Amino acid sequence: MTGFLLQRLLATIPVMAVVAVVVFLLLHLGPGDPAAVIAGDYATPEDIERIRDRLGLNEPLHVQFLTWIGQVLTGDLGISIFSNLPVAQLIAQRVEPTLALSLGTLLVTVVVAVPLGVAAAWRAGAWLDRCLMGGAALAFAVPVFVIGYILIYVFAIKLSWLPVQGYRPLADGAGPFLRHLVLPVVALSFVFIALIARVTRASVLEVLGEDYIRTARAKGVTTFRLLRRHALRPALVPVVTVIGIAFALLVGGVVVTESVFNIPGLGRLTVDSVLRRDYPVIQGLILVFSAAYVITNLVVDLLYSVLDPRIRG
Amino acid sequence: MRSVRRTSAALALAASVALAFPASAETVLRAVVHADLKNIDPIWTTAYITRNHGYMVYDTLFAVDAGFNVQPQMVDTWEVSDDGMIWTFRLRDGLAWHDGAPVTAADCVASIRRWGARDGMGQKLMDVTAALEALDDRSFRLTLTQPYGLVLESLSKASSNVLFIMPERHALTDPFEQVPEVIGSGPFVFVADEWVPGAKVVYVRNEAYVPRAEPPSWGAGGKVAKVDRVEWLYVPDTATAMNALLAGEIDYFELPPHDLLPIMEASPDVTVKRLDPVGVQGHIRLNHLYPPFDHPKAREAMLWLVEQPRFLRAVVGNEEHWRPCPAYFGCGSPYETDAGAEALMAFDPGRAQALLEEAGYDGRPVVLMQPTDVAILSGAALMLAGVLRDAGVNVELQAMDWSTLTSRRALDAPPEENGWHIFPTWFIGMDVVHPLASVVTSGGCRERAWFGWPCDPVMEELREAFAFENDPGQRFARAEAVQQQAFALVPYVNFGEWFNPVAFRSDLEGILESPIPLFWNIAKR
Repeated sequence: MTGFLLQRLLATIPVMAVVAVVVFLLLHLGPGDPAAVIAGDYATPEDIERIRDRLGLNEPLHVQFLTWIGQVLTGDLGISIFSNLPVAQLIAQRVEPTLALSLGTLLVTVVVAVPLGVAAAWRAGAWLDRCLMGGAALAFAVPVFVIGYILIYVFAIKLSWLPVQGYRPLADGAGPFLRHLVLPVVALSFVFIALIARVTRASVLEVLGEDYIRTARAKGVTTFRLLRRHALRPALVPVVTVIGIAFALLVGGVVVTESVFNIPGLGRLTVDSVLRRDYPVIQGLILVFSAAYVITNLVVDLLYSVLDPRIRG
Repeated sequence: MRSVRRTSAALALAASVALAFPASAETVLRAVVHADLKNIDPIWTTAYITRNHGYMVYDTLFAVDAGFNVQPQMVDTWEVSDDGMIWTFRLRDGLAWHDGAPVTAADCVASIRRWGARDGMGQKLMDVTAALEALDDRSFRLTLTQPYGLVLESLSKASSNVLFIMPERHALTDPFEQVPEVIGSGPFVFVADEWVPGAKVVYVRNEAYVPRAEPPSWGAGGKVAKVDRVEWLYVPDTATAMNALLAGEIDYFELPPHDLLPIMEASPDVTVKRLDPVGVQGHIRLNHLYPPFDHPKAREAMLWLVEQPRFLRAVVGNEEHWRPCPAYFGCGSPYETDAGAEALMAFDPGRAQALLEEAGYDGRPVVLMQPTDVAILSGAALMLAGVLRDAGVNVELQAMDWSTLTSRRALDAPPEENGWHIFPTWFIGMDVVHPLASVVTSGGCRERAWFGWPCDPVMEELREAFAFENDPGQRFARAEAVQQQAFALVPYVNFGEWFNPVAFRSDLEGILESPIPLFWNIAKR
């Protein structure tokens, strides 16, 4: 197992290196100039040039890359062009909201979607299955911001049960933390519940057709025990894959939800940084996202071997 | 056992509630502001949000009041020599930095120099400055090379870059680099530890601030902080900000979009009010370097083609929030005039088409940049594309984000080589309030003019004449002459003015009318 882990960790180095080079080139060769954004509406071309000089943007591309990669290798992600704050600090400020939102969504998703998927598979073709899969199709079809606005209107504006927006860190107390997280987590969970319920249904259906399931039935195993002990565990391998992908997507890609509920997470930091061409922040974020993807894949691979020992062999 | 559990749960709940709500009855004003405070140095950048931050934490030597009059702010008294060449200023009592040190004349001298290296009006003032020196801790002297009519107007400039006074050690920072920290002497103190770029900025009341005795008026008069803490929140989704205001989670929404105003106006808990009497001016910027707009007749055609009400109705909507305006220096400003505006205020596409033909327009594509992430400007670009096409212009509408546009507009390459012909933009009224403040009317060619690079020595002479006019009574005539020349040169076409009302909870009182959002004098009932 240690060798397997080590092998996978070493494999991440070339992946991260390729990501670093590609991201750097994409950013610096694309349109947009942070100096022009900083200089503002009254700047003369000379002002912009002087700012470019100060920011080192007039250096040859390879020099800029080597400077940046040298910093990264020493654990320094650089300084934001705009706020003059360390990129690591900016990212660290946003990690907790993003993790809270992502993990909360995953928790709700798994708790709701897996039983629904199993139930749909168990009653495949019956009204329960049709209702659940119809609901899943609807949840897929409705954009998350629409769900968000509806939830805000009902639970925050009309009923005043929950806040409209904002994020309160766990350090402020569990109550405010959870109150601010409920609506965004629910809004975001819809699409993931739909996705994972469908995957679970398909996977469980496949397993239910296996010979050993028929044998278990013939031996008189109860339906609940059959589903829980014999069908669900092998069926979870593809489900875990999708959950892993979902987590990776949640970490970097929930900007709409973060915007609708005004949660200062990594997704919004990414979009804001891209819009103003804050190169060091974008580069730092992409490295963090890449690391998150790699680690998630690693965890998923480990879970495979736990769920299905044959994979370990 | 059950009672132990209950007690534990109650204690946990009490602890979380106690942590959530501070014990003191601190008054907090939560405001959703128009942009994210990305940087803290209002000299390094001209961003309006950083300018507004400057007003919170820094103080100014002079300030403009609601009558466009210059009033002293940090300055107590000042004297001008009979020949107008020597200006001596004395600071008022009680000025202190947020770290407790007194504000000195040396701080002011260094701040003026740094501002003078970046700001257009500051540069002009520095051009005619022979010496600037501190005389003692509270006095400093400005010696000019020739009499200059806009000394006080420059020192009191209300919009970017504002002459904010910083401690000397910060003001000695290269003007093209950011100051390392925020130490001001203004009515609020910046809380660096709580700044989350992209989300929140926190200010607390400066208990040591000594406000002037005069009533507040725009940036002038007594700046009395009436709340303990101001939190600026950046909420990118305007519907969310509106809902938060309706639910009472925030107190103040600086820039609600016009289409959401009716919903807020319908709430008894929310007041929607126009606080900025000057407004915003819409511009259609033309590139003077390349055909067809290198030809005066093609530029004149644009004046006949733009029908202000049509543009404003399309991009702003409700007529309460916009007005047509013929004046280059803004309607309601001291230099408002309609001199030379006949073509702008008429609408004659036939005449425009004829002028384009006279200009030799040959059907080549005209590159129009559309900033899709700025709603009003995106709409204005679409309107413009429509009217140009109706006039027979082959429009190449290029969609991009504002950031890309800001870098593209700086390129003086031919339009077919990543350059451009035309784009919409805006300036707040205070930025175009007179010929020298309005850098966008400059005819200073590639070296000094704003993007589009109009080149007109006559225009530059007229602007100089305005700047050096020492008789305030004659200044209006000078400004009028500049406007007439502007209608001949057409550095840009003004597509009208609009206002951005502010929405706030009705329990706020004392909100000041001003072109700049100001947070002193506001109290929560």
